[in-house]
Amino acid sequence: MAWTAGSSRRAAAVGIVLAGLAALPPFVPTYYLHLLTLTFCYGIMAMSLDLLVGYTGLASLGHAAYFGVAGYTVGVLATRYGWGFWPAAGTGVLAAALVAGAFALLAIRAIGPYFLIITLALGQIIWGLAYRWVSITGGDNGLRGIGRPLLGLGISLARIQEFYYFALAVTAMATGLMYLLVSSPFGLSLRGIRESESRMRVLGYSVFLHKYLIFVIAGAFCGVSGTLYAYYNSFISPADVNLVASANALLMVILGGTGTLFGSLVGSALLVFLQNLLSGVTQRWLTALGVILVLSVMYAPRGIVGAGRALLVRSTPRQHVPETRAPERAEEGSASRI
Amino acid sequence: MAKRISRRALLKGGAVLAGAAWAYGVGQDAPGALDRIRPVVYAQGGKPPIRIGFIADITGTVAPSGRDMLDGFQLYLADKGPVMAGRPVELIVEDAAGVPTNALTKARKLVEQDRVHVMTAPLLASEGYAVRDYIVERNVPSVFAVCSADDLTQRKRAANIVRTGWSSSQPSHPFGEWVASTLKYKKVATIGSDYAFGYEVVGGFQHTFELHGGQIVQKIWAPLGTPDFSPYVTQIRHDVDAVFAIPVGADAIRFTKAYRQYGLKGKIPLIGGGVLMDESLLRGMAPEDAEGTITPLMWAAGLTTPAAQKFVDVYRKKYQKDPSYYAETNYSAAQWIAAAAAAVGGKVEDKEGFLRALRAVQLPNAPRGPMRLDDFQNVIQNIYIRKVEVQNGHAVNSVIYTFHNVSQFWTFKPADFLKEPVYDRNYPSCRYCG
Repeated sequence: MAWTAGSSRRAAAVGIVLAGLAALPPFVPTYYLHLLTLTFCYGIMAMSLDLLVGYTGLASLGHAAYFGVAGYTVGVLATRYGWGFWPAAGTGVLAAALVAGAFALLAIRAIGPYFLIITLALGQIIWGLAYRWVSITGGDNGLRGIGRPLLGLGISLARIQEFYYFALAVTAMATGLMYLLVSSPFGLSLRGIRESESRMRVLGYSVFLHKYLIFVIAGAFCGVSGTLYAYYNSFISPADVNLVASANALLMVILGGTGTLFGSLVGSALLVFLQNLLSGVTQRWLTALGVILVLSVMYAPRGIVGAGRALLVRSTPRQHVPETRAPERAEEGSASRI
Repeated sequence: MAKRISRRALLKGGAVLAGAAWAYGVGQDAPGALDRIRPVVYAQGGKPPIRIGFIADITGTVAPSGRDMLDGFQLYLADKGPVMAGRPVELIVEDAAGVPTNALTKARKLVEQDRVHVMTAPLLASEGYAVRDYIVERNVPSVFAVCSADDLTQRKRAANIVRTGWSSSQPSHPFGEWVASTLKYKKVATIGSDYAFGYEVVGGFQHTFELHGGQIVQKIWAPLGTPDFSPYVTQIRHDVDAVFAIPVGADAIRFTKAYRQYGLKGKIPLIGGGVLMDESLLRGMAPEDAEGTITPLMWAAGLTTPAAQKFVDVYRKKYQKDPSYYAETNYSAAQWIAAAAAAVGGKVEDKEGFLRALRAVQLPNAPRGPMRLDDFQNVIQNIYIRKVEVQNGHAVNSVIYTFHNVSQFWTFKPADFLKEPVYDRNYPSCRYCG
């Protein structure tokens, strides 16, 4: 990707957002730092799901499985064996990637709704393990007592302000890596697969290998979010691994806009903040949330970022269009795909 | 052009409709519910309010019971006025919807944003465990009124956790002994919900029942949310003297129905954990399904003491239903907090002093009977053996026997008891199964 006016403008925007988020802690109540940290955890999860849903056209309904595998791995290693942060976190992410690698072999062969159902079933296996393997996972009571990590070099993350910066750094890094991935030639061939598998096959691409790799990579990133989450909450339970958790992640992706990596972060923020702020105002917060979701799907079917981008394109006729044209068009197709 | 206008009209119409629906939803809440979730604080002599954080589960899978909890707590404030030790009370209600993560987030909100002086714990054991480490780390005075996981006041107790509710196995201990020595049952089959609460209720019963000569000859576990109990009910051995059951929530209703439909009712007596026949479930159960079932708990709506009668009358008048144990435990939790606040003269800001007061409270006259804490901050209380009786089609738990001042350790020495592991799916093991 050539360094153009468009990309430098984008880099500036990212810099401003990052600086803004980094400047927050002294000024906002700690409760909002908690909500933002949750947003980051779920945001990485949603972005990793977007790699599958938005960029490869694979709608998965079992993504919480990898989140849970990493979270529980970290939890067991930290509470039972007293492992430090780095080895435990590394093993957690690795475990998520390994499980994704195994599940991918079963799921990748199917497409569309069949893929959705298989991932759902696989996700339920992990949930079942979390729920019933009581001697390891603590069953329904969950696994508690995962201490906030010590990073070494005298850095402790016990207080929320410190953990917030850590979560922000992890999220920025994960987002950057995923962005590089989707804008690489590999990412472009994923979009090609989304648009037409048979055409890509004829062109000589190994569709299976591409799908397999992205499935494992998405699982690994989801493992990063599960690790971050387990250390943040010091707790993980089957409720974090169940179908509702997977569906929530998918909802964040759709709300933010499929195939727009940053959209998933926005979707995550929206869901976390709406849920926690609305439920303090009215006990009908679920109804209110439902109405908002229905409206946004009806009137912004390409998600919030998609809608914003469309507005931008409409208001500034044909200036930066040529360069970004191809991927834009590709994304239009994705909306109807899920 | 016409097409575009019509689309815009559609959009407007949609927005108006949605707005109307939203307003209707809010309007529905307004008269009763809004003041129920955020009771008005009356400034009294300009004194700053005592802030009580209440993590409720008023939506989600456990909403009916969670609703009862909130009702019970608010009944106290409505009944005695929202004043404790001369200071107004601000009750801050946050909904956790029965999800552990949400409970933790809400606890953080209540502590860091609202700076509550005391907090009540949510309903489920998983939620209780989720918030435990956080409230221990922040040393928040906390009252656990319903959440009953044994270890919260046993192997994982903490100085700032005061449990005015119960531990899951607390009623089971005397009950096991009573069933063996009074009902003289020898062989009992158990069926329970397949998670920690079920294990603890069954484990406590098995422990004392077998110590007094009884035998558990079969243990069946059914997952939470079992839609159909026929495969489980038909497994039950027919040569047993009784069946001890503890499916929870809506499962209890489906279980008792299946128990009667498969002809077991009337042939094999049904006994069980107290929550099986809780008043919140009796409302939804067919009276003939429930009739005759014997269960132990620290509360019964049919309790005839004056304090209980008075509470039942006030509660019935306000909510038109029998108070469940969820309601009573939260009513008395409010009583407990008020007593502690009075003991420190309203100085709840002095955290250590307030905590000492919370641990020292004794309520001789709570609706359920006398309450005080043991050395592990779990309540010592009466356990009632209740039998469901049906009068004019209305099922009620009548008390047929009372164990006075029962501790969570029953007659065991705490030190010896705590050396054993917590009751689990396979502990105590089923020696007579086969």
